[in-house]
Amino acid sequence: MISIKGLTKTFATPSNRITAVDDLTLDIKEGEIFGVIGYSGAGKSTFVRLLNRLEEPSAGQVTIDNQDITALNSNQLRLTRQEIGMIFQHFNLLWSRTVKDNIAFPLEISGVAKQERDKRVQELINLVGLTGREDAYPSQLSGGQKQRVGIARALANRPKVLLCDEATSALDPETTNSILDLLVDINAKLDLTIILITHEMHVIRKICNQVAVMEEGKIVEQGDVLNVFRHPKQQVTQKFVEQVMGTSEEHGDVDELVNRYDSGKIVKLHFIGESANQALISQVAKLFDIDINILQGKITQMQQGAYGTLFVQIDGEKAEIDSAIAYITEETSVEVEVLRNVE
Amino acid sequence: MWNSLFPNIEMQNLWVATYETFYMTIFSLIGTFIFGILLGLLLYLTMKGGIWQNKFLNMIVASIVNIFRAIPFIILILLLFPFTDFLIGTIRGPNAALPALIIGSAPFYGRLVEIALKEVDKGVIEAAKSMGAKTRTIIFRVLLPESMPALVSGITVTAINLIGYTAMAGVIGAGGLGNYAYFFGFQRREFDVVFVCTVLIVLIVFLFQFIGDYISNKIDKR
Repeated sequence: MISIKGLTKTFATPSNRITAVDDLTLDIKEGEIFGVIGYSGAGKSTFVRLLNRLEEPSAGQVTIDNQDITALNSNQLRLTRQEIGMIFQHFNLLWSRTVKDNIAFPLEISGVAKQERDKRVQELINLVGLTGREDAYPSQLSGGQKQRVGIARALANRPKVLLCDEATSALDPETTNSILDLLVDINAKLDLTIILITHEMHVIRKICNQVAVMEEGKIVEQGDVLNVFRHPKQQVTQKFVEQVMGTSEEHGDVDELVNRYDSGKIVKLHFIGESANQALISQVAKLFDIDINILQGKITQMQQGAYGTLFVQIDGEKAEIDSAIAYITEETSVEVEVLRNVE
Repeated sequence: MWNSLFPNIEMQNLWVATYETFYMTIFSLIGTFIFGILLGLLLYLTMKGGIWQNKFLNMIVASIVNIFRAIPFIILILLLFPFTDFLIGTIRGPNAALPALIIGSAPFYGRLVEIALKEVDKGVIEAAKSMGAKTRTIIFRVLLPESMPALVSGITVTAINLIGYTAMAGVIGAGGLGNYAYFFGFQRREFDVVFVCTVLIVLIVFLFQFIGDYISNKIDKR
């Protein structure tokens, strides 16, 4: 869907040259929610602006839907931009226009007739959940509502790609979640490819399938979100994962756990994108004659299911415990590690 | 009562003078608005980082603006006599004052327009670009509507300057309250005329300020 080859952007300042995006190569598949994460100054904002040439690339090629964006002249670029939606950190709505007229703006630009425009605007207002606020001005809306207008506006011309430049960074955590839910919803409904720039791992965790970690203009790590969470290679990635999962020190001393509970087996359950068996604990407790005591752990929900670890104590007959563990190992994707056996 | 306080006022003259002041102010204001917006847009669009970034053109426009703003208005009128004569066919009366009034205040308003446009959120312009807007669309649907309250306050300030300019033009024969105050009041030593003209001019200034503030508040939805 989107293919990026050797994309580079350098800025010349009076004293030196800064390479904001450094020889970046990337492929993004259709219908994916692709996250790019990095600290401020990593070049991620420049990167996303290069995709629709709000910044002109210094070198490299961007292809979206078999169209070489970097080769377009300014008029072709203008027309192609109408097929690429974009939302912004600070929403960038026109304060002089109502919600309705803000959403109608891109339709005016693409020359949609008035009657059809009104119909489309109403559809979009319903889609983003702003019914009843059509005639409000942006100043009368909350941050989350403003971003909903931004999303509706970006979707007005039925784009194939949606670029999100720190779209939730100015919102509080609760509003962030509702906006992320909306993005997942439109991704599924409209089969839209979404590229999302953020500095919050929480956002990646919640909605992305693929993630790229940027540092100093380069992608230092990239892959399936679950894999990156499981085996973060770079230090910067490990830091981002800790944002969501906590540091390993916070999990406490496992040895102490093992010593404190002296009966049964102590087991570490590693959830890696388990979605089918969310009620694993109660399921196992019903199927086998055992007691399960949750000692400690952290599970978080990702786009592909639950992720995290759980330390549990399983008590009961040895044979029952063993078959319960065998069941978990064979029937689910949860990885089991026995930390202490029954004596 | 009126006659004993203001023995030298002739209502007919006062009425004509007030009418001429309004006439000059309103028509020169329209001209100033059009030319000022053009100058302001040119300054804004050709500046560094602007949509039509052009160092040379920007310098030319900025120089013209600065030169005309530097010339004292009373001298500008004298300087423009040949031009006015060519354009209007006379150098006396309210119509003859219009070219000088517009040329004298359009550069000032142009600077105010430039400032107003610079205040428009860059992000909104970027959003319009990301939607594939033409420059024309950005100017007429983003830049001007988004800066409208500042454009209106700017034209209000300019209107008040213009009222002052019409009085100055009056002194050298343009008509209006300035003319009436100078020729009938000052030169004939009839100071009641000067006084009444002053009060009327102050009232006109208040009126323009009130209307300007009202419109500016009404359209500001921020």
